Amino acid sequence: MTVFSVLGTTAALFEAGSAKATLATQQRIWAMAATAGAWPEVREAVPGMNNLMLVFTQPPADLAVFEAQVLACWQEAEPLALDGRVVELPVIYGGEHGPHLADVMAHTGLDVDELVDRHTAPLYPVFALGSHPGYCYLGGMDARIATPRRTIPVMRIPGGAVSIGGAQTGVSASDGPSGWNTIGHTDNSFFDPTRSPPVLLQPGDSIRFRADRVIR
Amino acid sequence: MIEVTETPGLATLQDLGRHGSLRYGVGVAGAMDRVSLAAGNLLLGNEAGAAGIEVPIFPFAVRFTAACRFALTGADCAARLAGRDLLPWSVHAANAGDELVLGLPRAQSGCRAYLVLLGGVDVPAVLGSRSTQIRGAFGGLEGRPLRVGDRLGAAAPSQAGPLGIGVMPPALTLPLALDGLDAMRVLPSAEYESLTASSRDAFWAGTWKITAQSDRYGYRLAGETLAFEQPVEMLSHGIVPGVIQVPPSGQPIIQMSDAQPSGGYPKFGTVIEADLWRLGQAPVGSRIRFIRTDWAEALAAQDAVQAWLGDIQQMIGLWSDYAGAQR
Repeated sequence: MTVFSVLGTTAALFEAGSAKATLATQQRIWAMAATAGAWPEVREAVPGMNNLMLVFTQPPADLAVFEAQVLACWQEAEPLALDGRVVELPVIYGGEHGPHLADVMAHTGLDVDELVDRHTAPLYPVFALGSHPGYCYLGGMDARIATPRRTIPVMRIPGGAVSIGGAQTGVSASDGPSGWNTIGHTDNSFFDPTRSPPVLLQPGDSIRFRADRVIR
Repeated sequence: MIEVTETPGLATLQDLGRHGSLRYGVGVAGAMDRVSLAAGNLLLGNEAGAAGIEVPIFPFAVRFTAACRFALTGADCAARLAGRDLLPWSVHAANAGDELVLGLPRAQSGCRAYLVLLGGVDVPAVLGSRSTQIRGAFGGLEGRPLRVGDRLGAAAPSQAGPLGIGVMPPALTLPLALDGLDAMRVLPSAEYESLTASSRDAFWAGTWKITAQSDRYGYRLAGETLAFEQPVEMLSHGIVPGVIQVPPSGQPIIQMSDAQPSGGYPKFGTVIEADLWRLGQAPVGSRIRFIRTDWAEALAAQDAVQAWLGDIQQMIGLWSDYAGAQR
């Protein structure tokens, strides 16, 4: 069941209603973003994980009319198979830049080689950006290496940290706090505000992690 | 033009926010009290969205290295220029060498002051805004809070308003209180009905303390513990300043100007845009109330704020026309 709601008078939120984010649903979200992003009352269409936030230029006077327009847009949305770039990221797993690798091994019961193999195997599609500048929400992680978020977040994780939080994996784009388990490090720059676009990766692009080194 | 001579920290350059880059993971930032910043700009004859200095910790002082007009809005900080007391919410002129000192805000006047220069603070716009973005370190001055010794210039003014003119602050002209406490209107959000009935009632009936763990990212509130009928699992989704999240602790967090652009906690509701400035001026340690509102009322509230700013713009415009005719 889809859900339409408002975030004050600033934005509307459309949720596709699935409990788990899938690529097929996300491709419809991308299609919807392309259409709704061009509406005059929408300043920006912002994909989330199987949902879409529409930030208002001016909040619509009649919210029911706008809601109907959003629902019609969803119903008409055909999956948009964005054929993006594949970016390979060399990762140093473990050591001082992977302080929680042992915790993930303990939780999953996998040894370091199995863990690295399972983390480097998939092609991870970028579903959406959020959290902080240049950060990508990825799909496609092997459920076998899912590890719960840490009970106490780490106050400062460096940019480039490769981590696992629940059923997701990701790479921090800049220094900041994180509740995820950091298993490694990559050196790429994901965000540069002087570039256009300012981000390395966008929805439809994909990441592949390559084990550059494994510190045991 | 000005040099920072004293700052205990966290004073930043802000405008009305960085819009249109949420999809790159870039939050809005911008002034915590946009009404005060916009009013200061309009009093000077600037564009409403020119960059100014937001000061949350005092004393804060600058020395003018050249003559410059400026406006002070937001909290009334008993400001002194070259030793003379200044009226808040007005336009003043500094001479080269004058020092401007902002002291502790007077009670009930808010907690953040805005220093706005004629022409606006001249730093490069990054992704369409001069606001300071701390995570990622860009915008404002090198993407960081101001330090002693920082020098800032003003952009060339397109026009100048009258000297000495001022307005009554919006806390007096657009007041909103409940049982003697500052109040903010809230529109319920998608997970509202998933909270227990007693939690919903407690939110509206209760007083909420703004805890010390509150800053430009968000306000953590203390009050009755809120609970859901069943655990609510959310996928990461876009959020905006004003969103009230209910984390597992049951103590709500209101997202503020430096909020990240996405979140995963269930939401109680959103403080409407028209009332975000009130929250931006509510100090740590103070108690606030919430009022349930609906869409039509929320739009009318935003119109009232715009009308108040429009009146200032019209007043300054009339003065400029009159001054032009006299020349």
